[in-house]
Amino acid sequence: LAPWVPVVGLEIHAQISSNSKLFSGSQVQFAAPPNSLVSFFDASLPGTLPVLNRRCVEAAVMTGLALNCSINKKCLFDRKHYFYADLPAGYQITQQRVPIAVNGNLSYSLCIGNKMSQMVTRTVRIKQIQLEQDSGKSLHDDTRSQTLVDLNRAGVGLMEVVMEPDMCCGEEAAAAVRELQLILQTLGSSQAVMAEGQLRVDANVSVHHPGEPYGVRTEVKNINSIRYLAKAVDYEIQRQIEELENGGTILNETRAFDSKLGCTVPMRDKEGKQDYRFMPEPNLPPLILYDAKSLPANMNHQQVVNIDWIHERLPDLPSVKRAKLVEQYGILPEHSFILLNEDGLTEFFENVVRQTQMMPRKVIGWILNDLLSYLKQHSLTVKESPVSSSLLADLLNLLEKKEISAAAAKQVLAELWKGEGKTPLEIVKEKKLELIQDLKELEQICQAVIDGHENEVIMMVLG
Amino acid sequence: PKVTAEVLAHLEHLALVDFRDAEGVERLQKAIQFADQLQEVNTDGVEPMDSVLEDRCLYLREDDVTEGNCAKELLKNAREKVEEYFVAPPGNIPLPKLDEQETSLQGS
Repeated sequence: LAPWVPVVGLEIHAQISSNSKLFSGSQVQFAAPPNSLVSFFDASLPGTLPVLNRRCVEAAVMTGLALNCSINKKCLFDRKHYFYADLPAGYQITQQRVPIAVNGNLSYSLCIGNKMSQMVTRTVRIKQIQLEQDSGKSLHDDTRSQTLVDLNRAGVGLMEVVMEPDMCCGEEAAAAVRELQLILQTLGSSQAVMAEGQLRVDANVSVHHPGEPYGVRTEVKNINSIRYLAKAVDYEIQRQIEELENGGTILNETRAFDSKLGCTVPMRDKEGKQDYRFMPEPNLPPLILYDAKSLPANMNHQQVVNIDWIHERLPDLPSVKRAKLVEQYGILPEHSFILLNEDGLTEFFENVVRQTQMMPRKVIGWILNDLLSYLKQHSLTVKESPVSSSLLADLLNLLEKKEISAAAAKQVLAELWKGEGKTPLEIVKEKKLELIQDLKELEQICQAVIDGHENEVIMMVLG
Repeated sequence: PKVTAEVLAHLEHLALVDFRDAEGVERLQKAIQFADQLQEVNTDGVEPMDSVLEDRCLYLREDDVTEGNCAKELLKNAREKVEEYFVAPPGNIPLPKLDEQETSLQGS
């Protein structure tokens, strides 16, 4: 059987972290009373016009720069038409002809093999980033045969990040999205929490034989977590391979991922190819962005988005943060990945290092093997840890000064988890875990052991 | 160019417009012919203009919350509502298929 080459591309919608919406002044907030965060424009009442929110433009420029994109100094807005109850205007304002950023790339890392120590770096090309409006929410009430519509989300700013089909499996897709999520959160351009719908991912999947043209692709939607993304992509790849090997064909359709069944199913309301009848948005002139060179002299500050100004103020991206941790503390790259992956863990680690004489290289073991595994077992976040960085630092100091053994330290830690407010020193004294430093005392103990086990000693001496 | 039944069905589906009878189709055909006159203009080397606003400045708004909190007013427009939600039919109602449409055209 000829081998199959799976091809995976992603369209990611990230909700922009802003106070108000992309084209109107109503508030952006998760979970509010239905239709309470809706302006006349969001409800598409006649006579209303879009007014662009500068913060949303800055968020898109930041994200474009972080993904090594070219920022288009002139970009355009368009209308994408389709009918749905949660799209009151009958069209979405988006950027189809000339989006705000193009031609970037994202590097992410994967563990190959079972050991975490075998990490490889992959790159995925970013085709473009475009600004667009989010739609409202539909709640389907099948029993009463109706749809309830809440427009709170209608008009919220989105950045659509289009990733080229450079990935080949669920694991790569998941790793790429995770890295994008960390970047967005570091920039603050989106909080990117998938569970709150701030980060939505659609996967485009196809398979073909090496050397042959790309196969028909399907679009997979309704993926609600990074774990499900990997599952959905891998399932769809398998489904297509099986279908083709059984002599079937792949339809260019949209499918939904069913997390309960772990499979993809054709989506209703998406039969047949859509014709969106794109047209320029007549109410919005082109968006002009400036840099230090092109900035006109007497322009109102408030009306200017300066790409260079934004570039200078970009925070350290995750990849830079990781490299700095490795250099500063002598830890391994894979350690830096775990540190950045857990909210608050890097801070915790650095706090412990600051308060102890133990080498960071050794501290990291306690952080990753002991602290983190305990937190995971009990589904706690770093912030909820019953053991503070100071307590752990105290414990590690006792170990470093050789007042207790490593085994004893683990015992003390187990006690500390109970969160009873005792200090490590108190627990050591309570459980008599101090290391005996007196040579004479140690000799006496060894002699007593030898005396008490005559037979075993003879066996040992005889070899 | 003649407007085929397929093109007609596609247009009706996209725009939710009912061309209803032969007169409607004839009017559509005339409208297309009228617009086709644009093809006679030589636009070689001319940049397309997509907006009369192209030399205007796109105004940028501050990210402040200035609107919203008018659910009651907005829902006044709704024929039906359920607890502050707008009510809509379940999903998109599928239009009758091509064959059914032809029969209805012949009938009028």
